[in-house]
Amino acid sequence: MKIEKILLAGNPNVGKSAIFSRLTGAKVMISNYPGTTVEFTQGNMKLGDENVMIIDVPGTYTLEPTCKAEDVACRMVKEGGLVINIIDATNLERNLYLTLELLEKDIPVIVALNMWDDTKHRGIHIDIKKLEEQLGVPVVSTCCLTGEGIKELINRLPEAKALKATVYSDGQKWERIGRIIEEVQRLTHRHHTLLEILEDLSIKPLTGLPIALGVIYCAFWIVRFIGENLIGYIFQPLFTRLWLPLMMKLSVLLREGTFLHHIVIGNLIDGKIDFGQSFGILTTGLFLPIAMILPYIFSFYLILGVLEDLGYLPRLAVLADNLMHHLGLHGYAIIPFILGLGCNVPGALATRVLEERREKFIAATLMAIAIPCMAQIAMIVGIVGQRGGKYVAIVFGTLFFLLIIKGLILNKILKGVSPEILVEIPPYRMPQATAVIKKLWMRLSGFLREALPFVLLGVFFVNILYALKVIDFFTYIFSPILTNLWGLPQEAIGALIVGFLRKDVAVGMLGLLNLTTKQLVIGSTILAVYFPCIATFVVLIRELGVKDMLKATLIMVVVALSVGTMLNLFLS
Amino acid sequence: MIIDLTQMQPGEIGAIVEIHGGQGMIKRLQSMGIRPGKKIAKVSSHFWRGPQTVEIGNMQVTVGFGMAKRILVEVKR
Repeated sequence: MKIEKILLAGNPNVGKSAIFSRLTGAKVMISNYPGTTVEFTQGNMKLGDENVMIIDVPGTYTLEPTCKAEDVACRMVKEGGLVINIIDATNLERNLYLTLELLEKDIPVIVALNMWDDTKHRGIHIDIKKLEEQLGVPVVSTCCLTGEGIKELINRLPEAKALKATVYSDGQKWERIGRIIEEVQRLTHRHHTLLEILEDLSIKPLTGLPIALGVIYCAFWIVRFIGENLIGYIFQPLFTRLWLPLMMKLSVLLREGTFLHHIVIGNLIDGKIDFGQSFGILTTGLFLPIAMILPYIFSFYLILGVLEDLGYLPRLAVLADNLMHHLGLHGYAIIPFILGLGCNVPGALATRVLEERREKFIAATLMAIAIPCMAQIAMIVGIVGQRGGKYVAIVFGTLFFLLIIKGLILNKILKGVSPEILVEIPPYRMPQATAVIKKLWMRLSGFLREALPFVLLGVFFVNILYALKVIDFFTYIFSPILTNLWGLPQEAIGALIVGFLRKDVAVGMLGLLNLTTKQLVIGSTILAVYFPCIATFVVLIRELGVKDMLKATLIMVVVALSVGTMLNLFLS
Repeated sequence: MIIDLTQMQPGEIGAIVEIHGGQGMIKRLQSMGIRPGKKIAKVSSHFWRGPQTVEIGNMQVTVGFGMAKRILVEVKR
């Protein structure tokens, strides 16, 4: 049999992506919560002399989808290929349901009993030989942390069989699973480990809520601590000591006043380059993403990675469930919000774990309006923070307030009710340093690859806008809104235009305008809410559809108009 | 004694007797291993009609309050 395509299918959070990464060597996001993979990932593996395509399918409990991520999975299976059904060995019974469903299809199946190492300290004994006899397809035990069993899995791929078993009803399937379990699995008693005690404490409300507040507080404190120190002790000195002299030479070479000088170096402030204000591609264009934003992206994703791999996020989702219901969502919608804090694009994709259209719409618009991405947060901290921490707090406080108010309103006016949470809570697993670092590196290089060019483009665009006097035209149209409603100078329109491209660059532009503190606070808040950046916008159109996205856009414009006006009236 | 899942005390153990609800909900719960006959232990329940976390088989699942109301459990009291 020639294998052309291999699908990795299984329940959520059983380690499909980890096996994918083992098989292909490709780098993929792996975390300890259900729904990490919402889109299929494709990779290649050498099998003998053949190149085989491997697809990492989003997790699903059944072949009858209940949300978009599961829908993707079911469609992939229908298209055919060899299926490696990955099973969490510590949860054999529940996992076998999907296995039986797969065996009814006309596709070759091989079973990988993953997390095999976990069964030992959980007192679970599984007789693999018997399980193989019962199912009629090969079963291999694997442990993707150590790579144990992966070789055997590859060697036995040709043995995969398409049973095309008789289709049984649900009841019959469960009866059969019951018999299989009795035959192959034995449980022995064991004591609770420290991690398990922590599991219980962090999900019970009386202990869980204080723990959650503590975790969130510590997480932000550490993010800030690492970010600030990286900037202060490493990146800023690097730029001023090494890069600045180089740029000064280049500036002399290009001669101030020429067009090229304007684009590359930007404006000289008192005859000197100011990395924050010059706004040339090689000055501010590099300084902004690398010295102001990257350190925060680094520290944020480091902490997020640890929390993800530990398995903390689903517990936070359960604790937030009550509050989220008032916003028309259930607790698990906190996952897109948290990912959105890093970057709104993965946040928008993560809305796929939500079941209903109404819920997705609310989650996506709330995120686009009230959750600023880390790049934007870093810039707000950097620029508004110069005027005092209090003002940074006003910006973020306003955004949080908006999140709540907007959620309450949308929940009231949109037809339908918020569905209820139904989610598996994974066990805590000690985060592995190599895994955390690998994930961090993927996200950092993703930022450098995808965001950095846009920042440079943004800075370039700013210069072109001013050079071609396009800005004057927009200023003419929008100045009534800017000056009368928001109390901003006309020139702020440039930041709003650039904000479509990159919000971080836009916040940086506010720093050029000699704004009063009040204007700066209003400007940064409006930049956060008025529209998502172009990358997020494109993803949202795909996820929500054009019609819903138009609605969302309208909401954003209304919110921006009213919030800006309110702040202008009430701040002094 | 038969009660619903929300009425179980944290730490209490029981067996699922029946699940009331639409086909879709029952199927979803079933595919996650929540079905009649299964032994179930309550882990925690949140205030104000909040989510209910249970342990079933070897895993923990959190179920919304309304859904938990419709899962009937036999307990010894």
